[in-house]
Amino acid sequence: MPEQSAITSEEVAHLAQLARIAMDDEELAALAGDLNHILGNVARVAEVATDDVPATSHPIALRNVMRPDTVGETLTAEQALSNAPADDEGKFLVPQILGEE
Amino acid sequence: MKYEEAIERYDPVLGIEVHVELGTATKMFDAAPNSFGGGANENTTPVSLGLPGALPVVNEKGVEYAIRIGLALGCEIAQSCRFARKNYFYPDNPKNFQTSQFDEPIAANGGIDVELEDGQLVHVPIERAHMEEDAGKNTHVGGAGGRIHGADHSLVDYNRAGVPLVEIVTHPIEGTGRRAPEVAAAYVRTLRDIFKALGVSEAKMEQGNVRADINVSLRDSPDAPLGTRTETKNVNSFRSIERAVRFEIARQATLLAAGESILQETRHFHEDTGETSSGRVKSDADDYRYFPEPDLVPVEPAREWVEEIRASLPELPAARRRRLIGEWGITELEMRDVINAGLLDPVEETVKLGASPAAARKWWTGEVARRAKQDERDPEDLVSPAQIAELAGLVEAGRLNDKLARQVLDGTISGEGSPAEVMAARGLEIVQDDGALEAAVDQAIADNPDVVEKIRGGKQQAIGALIGPIMKATRGQADAGRARELILARLG
Repeated sequence: MPEQSAITSEEVAHLAQLARIAMDDEELAALAGDLNHILGNVARVAEVATDDVPATSHPIALRNVMRPDTVGETLTAEQALSNAPADDEGKFLVPQILGEE
Repeated sequence: MKYEEAIERYDPVLGIEVHVELGTATKMFDAAPNSFGGGANENTTPVSLGLPGALPVVNEKGVEYAIRIGLALGCEIAQSCRFARKNYFYPDNPKNFQTSQFDEPIAANGGIDVELEDGQLVHVPIERAHMEEDAGKNTHVGGAGGRIHGADHSLVDYNRAGVPLVEIVTHPIEGTGRRAPEVAAAYVRTLRDIFKALGVSEAKMEQGNVRADINVSLRDSPDAPLGTRTETKNVNSFRSIERAVRFEIARQATLLAAGESILQETRHFHEDTGETSSGRVKSDADDYRYFPEPDLVPVEPAREWVEEIRASLPELPAARRRRLIGEWGITELEMRDVINAGLLDPVEETVKLGASPAAARKWWTGEVARRAKQDERDPEDLVSPAQIAELAGLVEAGRLNDKLARQVLDGTISGEGSPAEVMAARGLEIVQDDGALEAAVDQAIADNPDVVEKIRGGKQQAIGALIGPIMKATRGQADAGRARELILARLG
């Protein structure tokens, strides 16, 4: 397996921007360090995996877990909105959407 | 640059993504109702709100419908597929990711033949059809006209969040040339008809059940590599699709001819002007960081199930059209008239009930359609196929002629009863009693010696000049054929 390349502060900044999380340089550097540490540990798994082990996203051997198309219990509008910082007309009120179309 | 010139100079390539909302009872991953019209945020569960710890479970019907669509589009159904998270931040999406499919769609490698107005068939290759979920609905408050720019804040209703969608993605559609706008519209129309026939969606364009994103690019010649494309989002009527493609081809050609390059971006179509305007430039924001959805296990549709679904597919619209053209002995053009009038179902039903195809078509596309237009009603709300079949039967049996039948139809539409009842009540049945008819014939002969002279002289077409007075004398209830026989008998 190839060496896991290190995550840079720039990459963390890019991810933070995608995730809409404001971070200063100090936080970015610290998080890059943490992530590299985590990736280092994860990389050890790659040492165990050989060519005859297929990649998997679901380690539990469950398939086709489905439910019938039957209406169940729902939240009331009041319950749905109960955690909202702000609401209006029965809807969630969110700030102006900037920089997006 | 005008479209005509643009299409002379460049070769257009299309790519179309169609989203269809499935008509399941519940959402794709939770048991909240898939329905609209109630109050805001009344159809949610912790799953559709993306609350922490909530676990999605796949709607089996949603999978079945996706397979139905895949099979109808000639796709292979995956032995195994999985869901993926498409990560993006936008308030209409409460989880900050859309549950979709990425590297393992449920259906792939299909294609359909699309029929243009003049009957030409165009093959549209389909890359994939995958399952995903719809987003909630944002209302932008403040600012002009509800657009995003200048809005003070937005209000979000999550009733639609999690509603099952199937997204159908074409391969590049090449070789359409100047017919690209028509092909784009005809393709989406064909899909709409298929969704309806399959019963997987109400498929109403105007309600947003079916939404199309149209990619257009130009290149110098069909041998050249693909040009940079733009994606015009959410074009929601067939006519708008045609106009948007047309506009985009002319716009891009103008830029290319001036030596400029095309910006890869999303664009918006404006109904009022028929133009597209720049939306969002494709950029880092399109880094969706897809990864397999850990909360949903893979879907492996059993082959028996797939074959069962395949066996239950209804006759698809194109096959039905071909069959009926043959059975009814009509031309492609005549069939299109029936389809464009939205009358294929009642005409077919009327034929099944015993009317001749010609009569069924004539009544529905003629008098009934005229009345419906005049009253601004749906033709099928005015009369039933059974009533038209009965009316056609009375004409066939010689008990009504066309003119009388129209009066009978008028009575039936006005709620006076079945055609036979109206005929009896209004006394409209053709006079079968030769006594009254003979008297009218004799009178007409006596009144028109000059016409009689012509007929005797061998001009049979002059008989028509006698039929008029006979009809008048019998208040239109004479059988014209029988009157003709009587005239010839008298003068022969």
